[in-house]
Amino acid sequence: MRNNILVLTLLLFAVMSIPKDSFGFCGFYVAKADTKIFNKASQVVLVRDEDKTVITMANDFKGDLNEFAVVVPVPTFIEEGQINIGDQKIIDHLDAYSAPRLVEYYDENPCERYKYDRALEESALPQSVLKNKNSFDNEKLGVTVEATYTVGEYDISILSAEEGAGLQKWLSKSGYKLPKGASKILDSYIKQKMKFFVAKVNIKEQGKLGYKNLRPIQVAYESPKFMLPIRLGTINADGYQELFVYVLNRKGRVETTNYRTVKLPTGMDIPTYIKNDFGDFYKAMFDQQVEKEKMSTVFLEYAWDMNWCDPCAADPLSTKELRDIGVFWVGDNSVNKNKRIAPSPAQNVFITRLHVRYDKEHFPEDLVFQETGDRSNFQGRYVLRHPWQGTDSCAAANDYFKGLIKRQEKEAQVLANLTGWDINKIRNKMDIKTAVIDDKKWWQKIWSN
Amino acid sequence: MTKQLKIDPRVYQISILSSLIVYGFFFLDFEIRPNFFFLIIGSTLFTQYICTKLFTDSSFDPKSCLISGLSLCLLLRTGSPSIAILCAVITISSKFILRFNSKHIFNPTNFGLVVIMLLFSNAWVSPGQWGNAATLGFFIACFGFLVVNRAARSDVTWAFLLIYSTLVFARSIWLGDPFAIPLHHLQNGAFLIFTFFMISDPKTTPDSRAGRVIFALLVALGAYFVTFVLFRTNGLLWSLAVFALAVPIIDMIVPGIKYQWKKLNLKSIQINGEVPAR
Repeated sequence: MRNNILVLTLLLFAVMSIPKDSFGFCGFYVAKADTKIFNKASQVVLVRDEDKTVITMANDFKGDLNEFAVVVPVPTFIEEGQINIGDQKIIDHLDAYSAPRLVEYYDENPCERYKYDRALEESALPQSVLKNKNSFDNEKLGVTVEATYTVGEYDISILSAEEGAGLQKWLSKSGYKLPKGASKILDSYIKQKMKFFVAKVNIKEQGKLGYKNLRPIQVAYESPKFMLPIRLGTINADGYQELFVYVLNRKGRVETTNYRTVKLPTGMDIPTYIKNDFGDFYKAMFDQQVEKEKMSTVFLEYAWDMNWCDPCAADPLSTKELRDIGVFWVGDNSVNKNKRIAPSPAQNVFITRLHVRYDKEHFPEDLVFQETGDRSNFQGRYVLRHPWQGTDSCAAANDYFKGLIKRQEKEAQVLANLTGWDINKIRNKMDIKTAVIDDKKWWQKIWSN
Repeated sequence: MTKQLKIDPRVYQISILSSLIVYGFFFLDFEIRPNFFFLIIGSTLFTQYICTKLFTDSSFDPKSCLISGLSLCLLLRTGSPSIAILCAVITISSKFILRFNSKHIFNPTNFGLVVIMLLFSNAWVSPGQWGNAATLGFFIACFGFLVVNRAARSDVTWAFLLIYSTLVFARSIWLGDPFAIPLHHLQNGAFLIFTFFMISDPKTTPDSRAGRVIFALLVALGAYFVTFVLFRTNGLLWSLAVFALAVPIIDMIVPGIKYQWKKLNLKSIQINGEVPAR
């Protein structure tokens, strides 16, 4: 059997057709103007080994760069060298590598014994980053600007604050509009000994560097806290938010300890027309799963040893990309040892992709994670089986078509069940061949002519 | 005339744990593979049988070890069959080997889990697996209550519940967090199962009521410390394992009557209008 795998890295940009004019997750935008602020889909990469963490936050902010800044809470005090500017392309690569995929097979000619099939997949999801500018002055608000410096296109101010109200006032005085309720959460974080930094765009630097889009901010720190602060992101959110977390570690799959982590349904046969609607399918399916779980779970979308993939939605990340994204334990001898299929233990990077839709009501607590020893592979994978298109006629062909109708009906039901779509519309779109089939009951044949 | 119905509380516990396994498997997608289930249950029964022969004169009684085995199925997660077997063996044999003053020191399941997690990186407990469905919490609490009440040691559960909840709520008040946060923390199925099924184990709690309250206080403080100061997972399990070592000392300071599993009067059925004597 020839198993020809074709990779399509397209579509799915439609999947998360959520407005990308904002930046979400653990930070929040503080706007100077009364611009309505939204937090929607965000991407975060967490690299973790023992207590060492490197977090990379994508920024897909598309508005006026002067208008926004982001406040990021981190578990420890950080120094200048601990903040870095990353490369969005690596996050996009991680996204493509770990995205749910379609696999395509072709039915063989039932009249002959040879067969071929073909697999094909498509991958998913976009994303982005943040930032903005302004200058700050210190007041007697219990806020100390520990350091201010420029990294890439960002001006970074590292703050230590004594209380949330002071920090909020300080931010307001510095020209930033804070969402209502922020100071309480800031206060809680301060009491939990979390530190903050503010990042804004340095327009001059950005012009010099020539980057069109804002690049991701990376922070390296060492702390037993293996968590993601999502609470700030919920206060100025309009409805729910979407978050993708890619965790790269050595040990194995990562899960949340204070919310259920549930596997996305996978491995089903679905109608072939989905090939052109995979983005819509993925989104509808995710909507449906969120609804089914009452929006109270985190979804596992991918768990795999980074050395390989099967089928590959995109190649695994190179050693250089891994290092750039913060995987500090991989060798820096820039030779790319990655193989497509053959596993090599050298890399020792396990990826977990988590997808969560959250709001304040259903996710009151920050996400807390733990590493598990589970190194088994998991992927969101959906199968398209193309019917045989030949016209040969034989008894086997008759049986084949009979079976095909049943199979397609089942595919329609599976799709309806997964997505909540109207089954009749699905059937229409499927254009099921209804001819040829003799599905009379046995007794109908006894006396009929 | 009063007729007494006598049922061993462990039978209740076995049926509740079994129901939870079924619920977890079918509704919460627990990673309980059937072969692991049989491996664990088989290993606990086998170890119990061998240990009974080796260390005691009594006859083989599968009830207690079934409770341990079922609890392991609910809690232990590993991809390795040998770790699953080893954990079951450690769990059961600890009851016979680690003894002081003719009581076993550790809650067997707790001890088995803690040792296995310390020894192997590919064994873990998933506290998030239960989620926070309030209804589930309610049922677990009720059923669990039934068990501890029958076992006549519910005081340790209530004391622990009260102390730990107070700590978690006090922290939230101090932080200025909404009550949704501590509530979410306390609604976790893993917490409720620990509270109603594990810490309440009458064989490993202090003999006197005062002792049990002290024990509950220590376990609650320890769990809080692990969770909110050290920021590590499974604070309840670690804390219980550590403070189990304090039970012999507590028993010395505040002695009481040792617990024996026996058939309790579950229900007094009133016949002929007579009020059953208490």
